[in-house]
Amino acid sequence: MGCAERPDDFEKRRGKLKDMSDEELHQYFWQLVEKIVKPLIEEARTHTTPSIERSILLRMGFSSIEAKQLVEKMLQRNLLGHGAGRLVFELAKAKQLSIREAGTALLSGNYWEELPV
Amino acid sequence: MKLSPDKKLDVREVLKDLDSYRPRRKGWAWRKKIENNRIGPFVYKDTSESLIHSVPLPAATYFDNIDPQSDVVITTEIASGRFEDDLRRMRMAAWHGADHIMVIRTIGQSHIDGLIEGTPEGVGGIPISRKQIRATRKALDAIEDEIGRPINFHSYVSGVAGPEIAVLFAEEGVNGAHQDPQYNVLYRNINMHRSFVDAAEAKKIMADAAILQLDGAHNANATAKQAWKVTPELFVQHAINTAYSNAAGMPNDLIALSTVPPTAPPAPKMHYDLPYAVALRELFAGYKFRAQQNTRYMESDTMETTITHVLDTLISRMTSADIQSTITPDEGRNIPWHYNNVAGVNTARQTLMGLDGLMEQVELKQDGPLREDVRVLKERAVLFLEEILNEGGYYTTVENGQFVDQGYFPERKGDGIVRDPQGGDCADTVISRKVDYGAPVCSHFGNNSYAQNNNKPCEAYGGCTLCDPSKIQYIDELDEQDNVEKRLEQPIADRVAGLIRPEVEKHGDSIACVTLFVPESPKVAEAAALEMAKRMNLRNPEVISRRVMHPAEGSVFEIKGILDVAVNVEILQIPAMEALLSDEAIEAWVRPRDIHIVAATVGEDEHSVGLHEILDIKHGGIEKYGFHCHNLGTSVAIERLLDVAEETNARAILISTIVTHADVHKQHMLHLHESAKQRGMRERLVLVAGGAQVTEQLARQCGLDAGFGHGTTGRDVGSFLVRILREKWPG
Ligand code: B12
Repeated sequence: MGCAERPDDFEKRRGKLKDMSDEELHQYFWQLVEKIVKPLIEEARTHTTPSIERSILLRMGFSSIEAKQLVEKMLQRNLLGHGAGRLVFELAKAKQLSIREAGTALLSGNYWEELPV
Repeated sequence: MKLSPDKKLDVREVLKDLDSYRPRRKGWAWRKKIENNRIGPFVYKDTSESLIHSVPLPAATYFDNIDPQSDVVITTEIASGRFEDDLRRMRMAAWHGADHIMVIRTIGQSHIDGLIEGTPEGVGGIPISRKQIRATRKALDAIEDEIGRPINFHSYVSGVAGPEIAVLFAEEGVNGAHQDPQYNVLYRNINMHRSFVDAAEAKKIMADAAILQLDGAHNANATAKQAWKVTPELFVQHAINTAYSNAAGMPNDLIALSTVPPTAPPAPKMHYDLPYAVALRELFAGYKFRAQQNTRYMESDTMETTITHVLDTLISRMTSADIQSTITPDEGRNIPWHYNNVAGVNTARQTLMGLDGLMEQVELKQDGPLREDVRVLKERAVLFLEEILNEGGYYTTVENGQFVDQGYFPERKGDGIVRDPQGGDCADTVISRKVDYGAPVCSHFGNNSYAQNNNKPCEAYGGCTLCDPSKIQYIDELDEQDNVEKRLEQPIADRVAGLIRPEVEKHGDSIACVTLFVPESPKVAEAAALEMAKRMNLRNPEVISRRVMHPAEGSVFEIKGILDVAVNVEILQIPAMEALLSDEAIEAWVRPRDIHIVAATVGEDEHSVGLHEILDIKHGGIEKYGFHCHNLGTSVAIERLLDVAEETNARAILISTIVTHADVHKQHMLHLHESAKQRGMRERLVLVAGGAQVTEQLARQCGLDAGFGHGTTGRDVGSFLVRILREKWPG
C-alpha cells in the first residue's frame, strides 16, 4: 500500500510559494532538486557494482563472457571493491603480461593469490 | 554496402564481414533548419534539408511532388522480435521521414545481469546484442546514404546491465538511448541503490559518446489511470534524472525530457495538456524535448488514435519540441505492423507540414487560465520536492509510496508504487570502493586512482576500446538454432522459389486484415463478421477493432487472420509499362497531320476538371501537340459526340466519366463502343475513356481502345494516341 490518503490541500500549502516570482520559483525548484540528488550521486561516486566492473573489463578488451566470469570470481573472493580493472591491470604490470593475457590467466585459475591488493 | 531504390535490402550482405564493421560516426544528429525554405510553390518557415529519396505525402501529387521535411526529428519505434525484418521496416519508415529509429528490447532483458550475444529471436522487441546492433547500424548507414540524411539509432540503457550496455552503445555508434534509474525502480523493481549507482556510470559513458539521453518520466502517465493528475510528479521525475545526469557529467544539450500530453479526447485535451507542456518547457529551459504521443487512452481504433496524435503534435508546435516521437496507431491492439510505423510517421509529418509557420501567426495568451494553470502546476511540483526532503530523501519517499500515486499532489490516494530500498532485483550488489579502487578506462564516473593526473587512464596499456576499437571482442552466435542465419533459410528459399506472401510484421506471417460493416446489432454482427472472414479463407480470424455505428443498425469490424496463400511470381501477369514517347516525338507526328479529336464528359456528369487537364494546352493537355480538340463540355450525350466526330472527320473520341454510381461509367463506355459500331464508325475511331475509377482493363472490357485513371497526364494520352494512330494509318 502506498502513503496515507490526503485531500488536496494545495491552497493551504502554497502559502509562501504564492508570492515568489516565476524566476524565484524556478530557482527554488532547482535548489530542492540539487539537495535530493546530492546523496544519490555521492553514493555513486564512492560505490561500484558488478555491472560497472564488467563494463570496465569490456572497455579493457574482454568479451562479455570473459568479463562476466572474471567479475563473478572476484566477487566470490570479495575483491571487487578494488576494481576489476585495477586487479587485471596491476597483475599485467607485475607479471609483464598484456591485459588480455593477465585476464585469461585469471580465468584459467592462475595468479589469484598474487593479486596486488 | 550500397542500396538501390529498386532492390530489396539483402540481409545476407548486412551480415557479411560484420566482425570488422565499424560505425562511421558517433553521437546524435539534429536536422539542419533552413529559414524561409522555398520548395515547389511554397516558402516554409520550419523545415530542414530535403531528402534524396522519399515517398511524399499523397497530396503532394498536386504540388509538384514536393516532400518538405520538418525541422524536428521524427521518431518511430520498431519492434517485431526479429531484427532482420525490422531492417526493412526501418528503411520504409526512413523513406517516409523518420530519422530516429528506436529499437524496443525483448521482454525480460532488463533483468539479465550481463550482455546478450548473438541474434536470438525476441518477444515484443529484440534482444539487444552486439551483433544485432552492429548489423542494424550497418544497415542504417546504408539507408541514410539512400535517403540523404543521418539516421539516429536508439535503444535502452536500463535494467541491471546499464553500464555494459552503455559501453556497447558507445562502441557501436548508437546515437540515442533511454536512461533513467527511476524507471528501473518504479517499473522493473530493480534495487534502487544498484540502479542509481549504475546510472551514473552509464550516463558518463553516454555523455562522452555524445549519445542523446531520453528520460523515463512519460511512463508515469502511461501508468496512471487519470494521467493528468500525476503531472506534478512528472516534473519531479524529470528533474531528478536531469540533475543526476548533469552531476554525472552529461551536458544539457544531451539531456532530453520524454514528455507526453497526458489526456485524449473526449477529455478537453488542450485545457489540461497545454499548461503542462508550457510549464515543463519553462522549468526546463535549456534542455531538449522529446514529445511522445499519448498511448494511455488508445485501444483498437486507429483513426481515433491518429486524431489524438495530430492534437499531440499541435501541442508540440505550439510549445516546441526537438524530437517528435510517434506511436503506431495499432499499438493498442497488437505488436505494431510495419505499415503502421509508416502511418504513425506520416501523422507527424503531415501535421508538422500543415502547421508550418503557425507560431509566426498565433501566440499563447500570457494572461488568463493558461498562465494560472502553469503556475499551479509548478507550485505543486515544488511542494512535492519539499515533501521528498522532509521525508528524508528520494529513497524513503519511494519506500513510502509517493510515486505514481493517482492523487493530484498534494492530494494522495494511497495507491502509489512502493519499493523497498533494500529489496528488489539485484539487492545487495552495491559495493563500496576501497581507497585503492581503480578503473584504468575512459568515461568512468567517480573515485578512481588512475584519474589523478591528466593522462588518459588507459594510456599505460595502449588505450581502452573507446580509444582503440580494434580491441573490441566480437562474438558472433552462441545458439546454433536460435539465430538469424537459421531464420533466413525460409525467406531465402521463398525468394528463390519466387513465392510471395502477405505480411504485416515478419517475413511470411501471412496476416491479412479485412474491414467489414455488418448491418446488425453488435453481438450478431460480430459473429456474422467472423463467419464471413472464415468464408474468405482467413484462418484463425480475430476481431481486432469494433465500432458501433448504431446499436440496431450495425457495426464496423476490422478482422485479421492468416491468408495462407503463396503467390508465385511466375504466374503473375504484370502489364508491361511501355515507355512514353517524348513530347517532341508526339508533336512531330501529330502537327503535320491535322488530326481532329472530339471529347466531353458524358451522361449527367458535370465534372470537367479532369478532362481539362487532358486537353487544355494551358494545363499540359494534348492540344499542345497540335491535335484539334473539340471539347463539347459536360453532361453530353454519346450520340452527340458521334455526330460531331462524323462532321469533323475525327480520328478519336475521348470521354470523361467521373461519377460511377450504379456503374454508370461502365454503361457509358459500353454505349460509346456499341453506338460507334452501329453507326459503322467503330473501325475508323479510336475510343478512349478516363476518370478516377476508370482503368485500362475496365475500358477494354467495355470495348474501348484504352482507359485512363487517377494521375493521367496529357503526355500519357498523346503518346498512346500517336502509337495507335500510327498503327491504324501507317504513313
Ligand atoms: C471538383 C468536384 C466537383 C465539382 C466539379 C466542378 C467541375 N467543374 O468539374 C462540383 C462541386 C460541381 C461537383 C459536383 C458533384 N460531385 Co463531385 N467532386 C469533385 C472532386 C472534389 C474533385 C474532382 C476533380 O476535379 N479532381 C481533379 C481531377 C484532375 O482529377 P480526375 O477528375 O480524377 O481526372 C484525372 C483522371 O481521372 C483522368 N481523367 C479524367 N477524365 C478523363 C478523360 C480522359 C479522356 C482521360 C484520358 C483521362 C481522364 O485524368 C485526370 C487528370 O489526371 C471529387 C472528389 C475528389 N477529390 O476527387 C468529387 C467527386 C468526383 N464528386 C462526386 C459527386 C458524387 C458529385 C455530385 C454527384 C454531388 C452531388 N450529389 O451533388 C455532384 C455531381 C453533379 C453532376 N451532375 O455531375 C463523387 C463521385 C463519386 C462517384 N465515384 O460516383 C466524388 C468522387 C466525391 C465523392 N467521393 O463523393 N463535384
